[in-house]
Amino acid sequence: MTFFQKLGHDFKRNKMLYLISFPVVAFLIIFSYIPMGGLVMAFEKFSPKGGIFSSPWVGFDNFKHFFQSVYFLRVLGNTFLLSFYDLIFGFWAPIIFALLLNEIKDGLFKKTIQTISYLPYFVSMVVICGLIMDFTGGDGFISRAALIFGSKDASLLSNPANFRSIFVVSNIWQGLGYGSIIYLAALSSVDQELFEAARMDGAGRLRQIWHITLPGISSTIVIMLILRIGLLLTVNFEKVLLLYSPATYETADVISTYVYRKGILGLDYGYSTAVGLFNSVIAFILVAGSNALAKRYSDVSLY
Amino acid sequence: MLADNTPGRRAFKIFNTLLMIIIAFLCLAPFIHVLFASISDPALVNKNEDIILFPLGRISFHGYKLVFGNPSIGMGYLNTLFYVVIGTLVSLVLTVLGAYAFSRKQFMLRNALMFLATFTMLFNGGMIPNFLLVKNLGLIDSRWAIILPTAINVFNLIIMRTSFMQIPDSLEESARIDGAGDLVILVKIILPVSKAVIAVVVLFTAVSIWNSWFSSALYLNSRDKFPLQIILREILIQNDMSSTVGAGVNEYFNVDLYKQLVKYCTIIVSTVPILCVYPFVQKYFVKGIMIGSLKG
Repeated sequence: MTFFQKLGHDFKRNKMLYLISFPVVAFLIIFSYIPMGGLVMAFEKFSPKGGIFSSPWVGFDNFKHFFQSVYFLRVLGNTFLLSFYDLIFGFWAPIIFALLLNEIKDGLFKKTIQTISYLPYFVSMVVICGLIMDFTGGDGFISRAALIFGSKDASLLSNPANFRSIFVVSNIWQGLGYGSIIYLAALSSVDQELFEAARMDGAGRLRQIWHITLPGISSTIVIMLILRIGLLLTVNFEKVLLLYSPATYETADVISTYVYRKGILGLDYGYSTAVGLFNSVIAFILVAGSNALAKRYSDVSLY
Repeated sequence: MLADNTPGRRAFKIFNTLLMIIIAFLCLAPFIHVLFASISDPALVNKNEDIILFPLGRISFHGYKLVFGNPSIGMGYLNTLFYVVIGTLVSLVLTVLGAYAFSRKQFMLRNALMFLATFTMLFNGGMIPNFLLVKNLGLIDSRWAIILPTAINVFNLIIMRTSFMQIPDSLEESARIDGAGDLVILVKIILPVSKAVIAVVVLFTAVSIWNSWFSSALYLNSRDKFPLQIILREILIQNDMSSTVGAGVNEYFNVDLYKQLVKYCTIIVSTVPILCVYPFVQKYFVKGIMIGSLKG
């Protein structure tokens, strides 16, 4: 039987399933795959009048233009660094938090701390960024406090030198509790009898953590790390968009915010699509690579 | 049990408990600050340089009067409710249909179609092609632009599919023998045993729509369609008080005096629903993460 004969057969047998799949497939095609087709704009001198089909073809000109512009290194570097610092400083925080929380034996107290720690995750990004601006902006509490420690900025947030720190620290604050969920789950599945046995052998608490707890959750840690590395060029650009200002573009402007300004505000569709495509391709390679790695390591992956 | 009673162990316990309390306080502090500032004397709030852990001066609700007098807030609330209810409904129906079809073992295309869906998590057209699609569909400044493009969340689809696949086949088989078709099986067999995963997906979707702002910023122009988050952005991020002042609270309204206060009150008014609900729904989020990480 050829593929199509089999398909025809399957269609006759499972007509209802084809019907049920239809809306989902239609949505995927319209809202995900048609825009992928729109990526040809990246190779055109796109004008809304000509549209995708009759705008002049310019090959890689838009990309060349981007690579040669002063923005290329700036936005690529900023995107990478924001993500990289977030990984270096932010990745461990939920793990350590989960380990420490796991040492709390009082169930109600533990539950309360846990629930409170999820709070920042549920509050909207606009409100979070409003708070960040209030605290680290001009006359903000944190800006004031920093003056005591020798800072010279009336507003920490408007100094480009501080943007990455503010972004990363607030990210840690937002994700600490929520990020710990997966590790707490892994911790709860560590065999309790192992601890019993270790105690019999006279192992102290630290040695128990080192020899039982950590190995017990190491596969989760490795998977999360691999997946996180896959997201190295994926910055939460909505947060950047809310927090940055022309004064901080130097360190805050990332690829997506640049695309937003060039495309949505500047109407330079061809060029901004090319910049976006460049970002998507690299991100795709990273994510697909890290997922393949994660899959090989265990049966857990992003998708 | 020897190891549990050493002085070192006891010291650690105290230290750890204190640390946890500090972390919990750090998570709460900004919100405590905002709450107490919102009912403080506006002049003192403006002068204040510290974190506010109790109301400053005489308690006043004047800020709240201004916020409730601002018609944009009420309208934003209603719009957000509309987007949350309709958006969640559309998304849920699509997710259930997809998850059912893509989890049937007898369906030849189930893995191919699932791949079609998961691939969009890895690669997509990006901001500009998406924007032009919505524009070409004539959806600019339409409420549907907020609902339709994000209606399928692949992560939710994966969670629901994984959960549907774990339902024992025997349930479905006995219904089939009785002559039940796919729709009957979905509605009468699958959905009743999937209440937890449906709750998870509904909550994931509802919270994400409640908090979303970017697609509204991209696609909507008319004020009367703006969700709450866009009004919040105006007041909190862009520092634009015109909607409050425009409400004509009174003609001697001193914008500078009330600016900070209005910000704090707006945060409280917009965040209270989430604050009240999240302690009860968080267990479903935890459950969702579990199913998501199990993977089918």
